[in-house]
Amino acid sequence: MKNTLLAFLLLLAAALPARAQDAFVAALPGLAGNFNAQAEAVERLGALADPRAIPVLRALTDGRLLKRPDNTLVIREGTTTTDVLTGAATDAAGTEALRINNRVRVALRGALGRLQLVSPDPAERLAAAEAVFRTRSADNVPLLDAALARETVPRIRDRMAIALAASRLMASDPAAKLLGVEALGASASPEARAVLLEARAANPDILPQIEAAVAAIDRRLAVRRAAETFFQGLSLGSVLLLAALGLAVTFGVMGVINMAHGEFVMLGAYTTFIVQEACRGIPWLLPWSLPLSVPAAFLVAALCGAAMERGLIRHLYGRPLETLLMTFGVGMMIQQSVRLVFGAQNREVLSPPWMQGTLLLPFDIPVTQNRLWILAFSLVVLGLTVAAIRFTRFGLEMRAVTQKRAIASSMGIRTGRVDALTFAFGSGIAGIAGVALSQIDNVSPNLGTGYIIDSFLVVVFGGVGSLAGTLVGAFGLGLVNKILEPWAGAVLAKVFVLIAAMIFIQRRPRGLFAQKGRAAEA
Amino acid sequence: MSATVSPLPASRARLGLRTGLLVALLLLAAMPVLNQLPTTHPLHVSDFLVSVTGKWICYAILALSLDLAWGYAGILSLGHGAFFALGGYAMGMHLMRLIGPRGVYGHPVLPDFMVFLGYRELPWYWLGFDHFAFAMLMVVLVPGVLALVLGWLAFRSRITGVYLSIITQAMTYALMLAFFRNDMGFGGNNGFTDFKELLGQPLNTSAARSGLFYASLIALAGAFLLCSRITASKYGRVLTAIRDGENRVRFLGYNTTHHKLFAFVLSAMLAGVAGALYVPQVGIINPGEFSPANSIEAVIWVAVGGRGTLVGAILGAFTVNGLKTWLTSAAPDLWLFVLGGLFVLVTLFLPKGLIGLLKGRGA
Amino acid sequence: MNHRMPITRRAALATFGVALAAPAIRPSFAQGAPIKVGVLHSLSGTMAISETALRDTVLMMVEAQNAKGGILGRRLEAVVVDPASNWPLFAEKARELLAVSRVDVTFGCWTSVSRKSVLPVFEELNGLLFYPVQYEGEEESRNIFYTGAAPNQQAIPAVEYLMSADGGSAKRIALLGTDYVYPRTTNRILRAFLISKGIPESDIMEEYTPFGHSDWQGIVSRVKRFAGEGKKTAIVSTINGDANVPFYRELGNQGIKAEDIPSVAFSVGEEELAGIDTRPLVGHLAAWNYFMSVDSPANTAFKTMWQAYIKNPRRVTNDPMEATLVGFQMWAQAVAQAGTTNVDAVRTAMYGQKVDAPCGYTLEMHRNHHLSKPVMIGEVQADGQFNIVWKTPGPIVAENWSPFIPENANRRRG
Repeated sequence: MKNTLLAFLLLLAAALPARAQDAFVAALPGLAGNFNAQAEAVERLGALADPRAIPVLRALTDGRLLKRPDNTLVIREGTTTTDVLTGAATDAAGTEALRINNRVRVALRGALGRLQLVSPDPAERLAAAEAVFRTRSADNVPLLDAALARETVPRIRDRMAIALAASRLMASDPAAKLLGVEALGASASPEARAVLLEARAANPDILPQIEAAVAAIDRRLAVRRAAETFFQGLSLGSVLLLAALGLAVTFGVMGVINMAHGEFVMLGAYTTFIVQEACRGIPWLLPWSLPLSVPAAFLVAALCGAAMERGLIRHLYGRPLETLLMTFGVGMMIQQSVRLVFGAQNREVLSPPWMQGTLLLPFDIPVTQNRLWILAFSLVVLGLTVAAIRFTRFGLEMRAVTQKRAIASSMGIRTGRVDALTFAFGSGIAGIAGVALSQIDNVSPNLGTGYIIDSFLVVVFGGVGSLAGTLVGAFGLGLVNKILEPWAGAVLAKVFVLIAAMIFIQRRPRGLFAQKGRAAEA
Repeated sequence: MSATVSPLPASRARLGLRTGLLVALLLLAAMPVLNQLPTTHPLHVSDFLVSVTGKWICYAILALSLDLAWGYAGILSLGHGAFFALGGYAMGMHLMRLIGPRGVYGHPVLPDFMVFLGYRELPWYWLGFDHFAFAMLMVVLVPGVLALVLGWLAFRSRITGVYLSIITQAMTYALMLAFFRNDMGFGGNNGFTDFKELLGQPLNTSAARSGLFYASLIALAGAFLLCSRITASKYGRVLTAIRDGENRVRFLGYNTTHHKLFAFVLSAMLAGVAGALYVPQVGIINPGEFSPANSIEAVIWVAVGGRGTLVGAILGAFTVNGLKTWLTSAAPDLWLFVLGGLFVLVTLFLPKGLIGLLKGRGA
Repeated sequence: MNHRMPITRRAALATFGVALAAPAIRPSFAQGAPIKVGVLHSLSGTMAISETALRDTVLMMVEAQNAKGGILGRRLEAVVVDPASNWPLFAEKARELLAVSRVDVTFGCWTSVSRKSVLPVFEELNGLLFYPVQYEGEEESRNIFYTGAAPNQQAIPAVEYLMSADGGSAKRIALLGTDYVYPRTTNRILRAFLISKGIPESDIMEEYTPFGHSDWQGIVSRVKRFAGEGKKTAIVSTINGDANVPFYRELGNQGIKAEDIPSVAFSVGEEELAGIDTRPLVGHLAAWNYFMSVDSPANTAFKTMWQAYIKNPRRVTNDPMEATLVGFQMWAQAVAQAGTTNVDAVRTAMYGQKVDAPCGYTLEMHRNHHLSKPVMIGEVQADGQFNIVWKTPGPIVAENWSPFIPENANRRRG
């Protein structure tokens, strides 16, 4: 792979006339100049088709291009530095990293795109096609034509075709323009739509064709947008589900109102941070820190929960409202402890690479990776919770104790132990929720407070004691919120959802999935 | 748990409490007078103490109203802060209207925040608030009507206990979010500040502070008498019976919905009055008052003092807020531990609150 | 890991006063009661996240000033209280500081509402408050010195930059903010400014979210759609502290690159970035009057002093901290010049007071109680710092009464 690349570059270099090579050398000092000079030099390098420019431009993008006091350039690669012109290893002393701004970055993207369209690496070609699409210059038409003819990967071909169409739109030839409009109109890409809209002003002669193409894209996008909103609703629902699931156990099954629930979620998020910091020392473990945090957060929160149940809540069974007040006090103390130990500032929890960026589902529906993972994760946690309650001995005992404590006790079940385990279990789930929330929210001492009211509402809305109700309640409220948001605004949408939930609970006090029989009587 | 109290010492204890309350009331009433003494005088009470006590009195009225709903009718409202805040907003709107052309922009009618947010005219719901009587009517009416609607819906559906608590909490949360919106016309996050005068008196004088202090004290005494009367009446006994066994009372033929509704609405109105007296004394009203944590804190005052005793609610409000004022200066990093710990200890070991402790002593 | 070790020491300092620390420092103080410095920053509740660093900055400055022998030969003593992000409590604590603790000066507040809450108290009791955060303007109290930026010292230059060739020649602007007065007013001023620059109403998008908003999916994809209308688009963010982490995460995950839709923020500094992985955000912008990356001798001294005080070589500095420091230094100079801590004398001495600030310029306090400040635009770097890509040639005088708010013409003077 590396050899073919080298051979290819050498071939390209040998084919260049000597004058172009001088142009490469001549363009370099501009890179050490001000932002204007930099952008100009980058554009010149991009137009040269000189392969030596690629590592230089990449280094500039990544902040690895350094200048010596005499404005000659050096590339840093790990711990070694090499001279740009000679390629010889040099001393880094006295050098200063070159800084760029957004204008230079745009130029760099275009230049690298041009240079890498024929790269042997498919990922680079894809990025190049994207970059050339955004640059949109008629000069790129022959380049793209040639690249497209050689391209075999369908995904890259598609991107190149769009890029070609967009570049054609910039050409002066009306026939080429129409060809471009037609190709863009056949896509379902919002970017293509943007290009078409932008071209309206410059091309009054083909306005009807452009409008038709935009309308065609709009029809395809309408479906996509609905799907996007649906996903956003599901995603919000999954966050609500995670936050509420622990409560569904402690409140729904045991009837304990735990106002410190949000603090357990927060403890889970801080555990994620601690595990990540612990993993920093062991580089191969770092990408795994997030999965490792899940059991760790469960344990930490479960232990805190068990301690709280045994030490405090146990004494208040049958007095749910007193429990509410006491746990509020405990929550205050947990929050302030975390603030004193970790500081009031946010803590940085990194996202592993597989949770970053956007994934395109079929029909080009964009979903953000982290939210997709959290959605899947919430369903897994729900599944495991249901399984634990349905199929394990602990679950059986738990159900027995909540249904008829005295009989369960007389059957030999140690009800005190079951209470502690159940509460620990619910708290542990809250801790797991904290791991997920660390990926989308602040890891700060206030993390939990933002979720507590929503969680209670979800549990009550769904029907206390019913996990299915919690599931439907969470996704229902999430979806309604996201459907309302575009026309009501984020604040009012939330207010409407709250009012709707309140009215609903008043109509059906037992929630969506009412528990039948005596057990449901509060 | 606390000692069981036999009837005779209990009544003596109650007598002791009454006397204690009267003494406390007189001491409080003397504060603004002592404030007039020269600062070097040993009995001098500082401006700060007077102003902060005025604030505590308002909290005590709120606690009292909550005790009526929770302690006697068994309605644990986690949204009483909303009634308090609504009363406060009604008073705040009156105070804003009284600023008149003295605002920064000199607009004859519009409050400053409306001017720089580009309002052209006063929203319809601001009309009438320039009249003191109208504003005072709204102070009780707005919380009352909200409580009526919410209570009627909830009690009719027989929503009780925890469910009711969560609904009231959702209510105050929804109101908080709504009031934070600048488009609501209530000044958004900044709320109302920069009040100038009330009933023709400039607010930043010690005379005005004394006046508000006495108004609050009278309101507290009045609210206390009203609540004692109600709870001691036949109606009050039915209310307590509903608290202890709603179904049984209903089967005896009482309309429990109406009984509870009356208590809840009255309680909300009292909370509104507390809020209205509070706002001119602290000089600001803002949606933060709707925050669910504030309402929970108010419930905790009652629990700390002792629920279902009225005196306990007042005692609790003074104790917790006094501690808060003292500790946020004396131990700024640690006060949350002290208060949090207090809540835990009281719920665990003093189910009857501080009053229970005092009565235990009395026996 | 535990960056907060000094807490016990600071708690001790706060609780026992400097009495314990004084023998260790051992400067010779002349006779006289200590000068009391009130610190009115939230240490708990939602604002603790931003304000605790400012409390530490004031304590650091007090310690440093005492090491230099105090002011007028008198020792400084910090009085720390916790207003707990609760606005009425701010007013109560302000009254306590002024009436009970009898402080000579107070450094405090972050949010506008907290300042509005304490303002009548400071005016009634004739106290002195230094307010260190950028805000919406429209205020000028004789008892407050505003050391943060007014809108013309931050927002307008930033938008001008976005519209320039270097900033990407933006033609369409999305104004995103948290729903409170600072974003509302700033955006009102910006809207008037944009329209004066020939941008039509239809090319301005304005959207507000509640405090601590954590679900930005919908808004970010609406911005994307807004940007897909064929004109170069930029985001102007007045999103408040807490909501920024989820916002930037969403921006990164939805693939909004600074090259395509640059965003400029007015409330995001080094402290906020410390909680985010900034690699996907490289190139997004912030406008401030100070960045930690400023290369000036005063800034080097500031950073060294701060990191030594907080005992953490990685702790960052930010704009409100610099504003606190500048305010403190000016106040110390003014007291020394006036020869007394009397508020009226110090106020008079404050006018025209100059300090060589860490931002690399000499800043001056004007009669409008606002500082002249340079404006800087920084691009987010992968290491969480800002690369300064543009700055004004010198400090700009504050226009706390914006000319873009027409009602200011009718304002009552004095």
